[in-house]
Amino acid sequence: MLWPSLAKNLISRPLTDPAPATRPEEVAALAAMLEASARRRLGRSLAIRQVDAGSCNGCELEINATQNVVHDLERFGLRFVASPRHADVLLVTGPVTRNMREALERTRAATPEPCFIVAVGDCAIDGGVFKGSYAVEGGLAAETRPGEAMMRPDIRIPGCPPTPTQIIQGLLTLLAAQE
Amino acid sequence: MIRKNLSATKWQALARSSPPLLAMWADPTTIYAAFMDGAAPQLVSCPAPDGRFASFSAQHPAAAWFERAIQDLWGLEAVGSIDGRPWLDHGRWPVLNPMSSRPVRHGSAPPQPEFLEALGAGVHQIAVGPVHAGIIEPGHFRFHVVGETLVRLEARLGYTHKGTLGLMLGKSPRAAARFPARLSGDSTVAHSLAFALAAEQAAGITAPPRAVAMRAAMAEIERIANHLNDWGFICNDAAFPAVHARTGVLREALLRACHVAFGHRLMMDRVLPGGVATDIAAGGLGLIADALASIEAELPALERITASHASLQDRLVSTGIIAPGLAALLNAGGVVGRASGRAVDARAVPGYAPYDELEVVPITRTEGDVAARLAVRQDEIRESLRMLHIIAAGMPEGEIMTALPGRAGEGFALVEGFRGECFCWLRLDDGGLIQAAFLRDPSWLHWPLLEAAVQGNIVADFPLINKSINGSYSGVDL
Repeated sequence: MLWPSLAKNLISRPLTDPAPATRPEEVAALAAMLEASARRRLGRSLAIRQVDAGSCNGCELEINATQNVVHDLERFGLRFVASPRHADVLLVTGPVTRNMREALERTRAATPEPCFIVAVGDCAIDGGVFKGSYAVEGGLAAETRPGEAMMRPDIRIPGCPPTPTQIIQGLLTLLAAQE
Repeated sequence: MIRKNLSATKWQALARSSPPLLAMWADPTTIYAAFMDGAAPQLVSCPAPDGRFASFSAQHPAAAWFERAIQDLWGLEAVGSIDGRPWLDHGRWPVLNPMSSRPVRHGSAPPQPEFLEALGAGVHQIAVGPVHAGIIEPGHFRFHVVGETLVRLEARLGYTHKGTLGLMLGKSPRAAARFPARLSGDSTVAHSLAFALAAEQAAGITAPPRAVAMRAAMAEIERIANHLNDWGFICNDAAFPAVHARTGVLREALLRACHVAFGHRLMMDRVLPGGVATDIAAGGLGLIADALASIEAELPALERITASHASLQDRLVSTGIIAPGLAALLNAGGVVGRASGRAVDARAVPGYAPYDELEVVPITRTEGDVAARLAVRQDEIRESLRMLHIIAAGMPEGEIMTALPGRAGEGFALVEGFRGECFCWLRLDDGGLIQAAFLRDPSWLHWPLLEAAVQGNIVADFPLINKSINGSYSGVDL
């Protein structure tokens, strides 16, 4: 029967959360940074390639959750792609293990310009609890060459792991800064 | 004494007798092994003064991965090993044998990995990873295929090696607890609990009854959340996203309830040696009860949809079969072992509080295919819901933490996580600081079975088979 399900859908509310708000000061700071680096704007749609650079898989659980019905990341024009060659954004998790560093650098090299880097989670920012281990570089901020960070993230989303809402908020900041 | 120290001769005899192996590890001078001896785990060790010990791998294939890791981390050599290739060490660390007493500096270029061969007319290779197409952990899969049929798979892991064991040394159990909590994020409660129980045994204390009940509640919630996730992803990989959408909604509500009740969606850092970090927040219990009630209400519909769509069943049934004999040979536990006929569950045997009062019966299937692994997960969700009702009804009041005395000791524990049994062993020095430790995710015994399960299947079914086993990368990379 069509009518009962139609009636049910008319009176039920959507499962999806309202969009998380972005902070104006963060948007302005990022916009100024993008302006200064003279990077071409990409509009309100971003293709994201996720790279796990040695996480515990906690960040992956929460990144995956951004795609569930409740968070529905795609409604913001943000979607995950399978290849770095299709990506505008590299979403990096993990403390950058020495065993993953080359794969991460090669993924970056395969991503066309302009490429935005987003560090998701405390590990990707500075190594998190794994900082100082022989086996990790210590996040994207690690100096892999004297005086030079490995990759400079445009956005840092702290947390262990950050919640899906915090991850979406960070990505929306990236979108808002380009307007 | 929780551990038998064997002479080299006795160790060699044990190696030949092929016991059901749980784990092998080392410290700079000694080799250790844990195996099941009837209903109880048995721990043995043997000094290796010349840096060598008799290999288990000829009799017990699962030992090969442990022995390769022991060589890489501690520099102890397994004499007679069936596989001498490096494992965790990809030639990219600044030192060799970082866990040995004297790590040496290492500066040469990383070597090309060697893979096992498959020879024959029309065999070609597909190399996948370490960066995968989806949002999953990194690892390299080397497939040998004929047309669409998989002839051989070899997994090369170690990409997420973070030096976790080394970071735990010299710390108090309380300070080191953040490392088992991050061995495999999806099993944060289970590994934290195994670590806490081992530390408590070493320190000669037990956690207060309220903490014991809260830990079990968190562990069962973690199991439900992960089983729902796996159920959804298995259907999604078989081009059936409807179930994935609904399991995602149910799981999200449960994680949000955990965020309110325990202060963390995944309940990370909540289980600590001595008890739990915080008590249940006001209003949290009601939200968890609501989330669990929604899951309970929707289970029959989800099961019916999964079972009644021929296109879905066509992908799941008889795909990725792990023969019971093979699962037994590898001593595989958890969902993977139980779906291949093994009636093993650490909550039942050896058992630990409060499960002795919850009548845990291992849920088994004998088919060993993707459908059987999914069916075990479905039934386990129901069982966890049943146990959670009992735990919630009898939740004791009182303290949630017992202080850990700073004293010497040794302890181990086996805790049933959502994948299978999580093993932890540790030794404390006179000041109560960690002198040596090992954490073993159940995936150590599951990854070799993935390599076997895919043989004869088509390439397109690999993601489905992989998802149905769902090995942890970080859990075995340490």
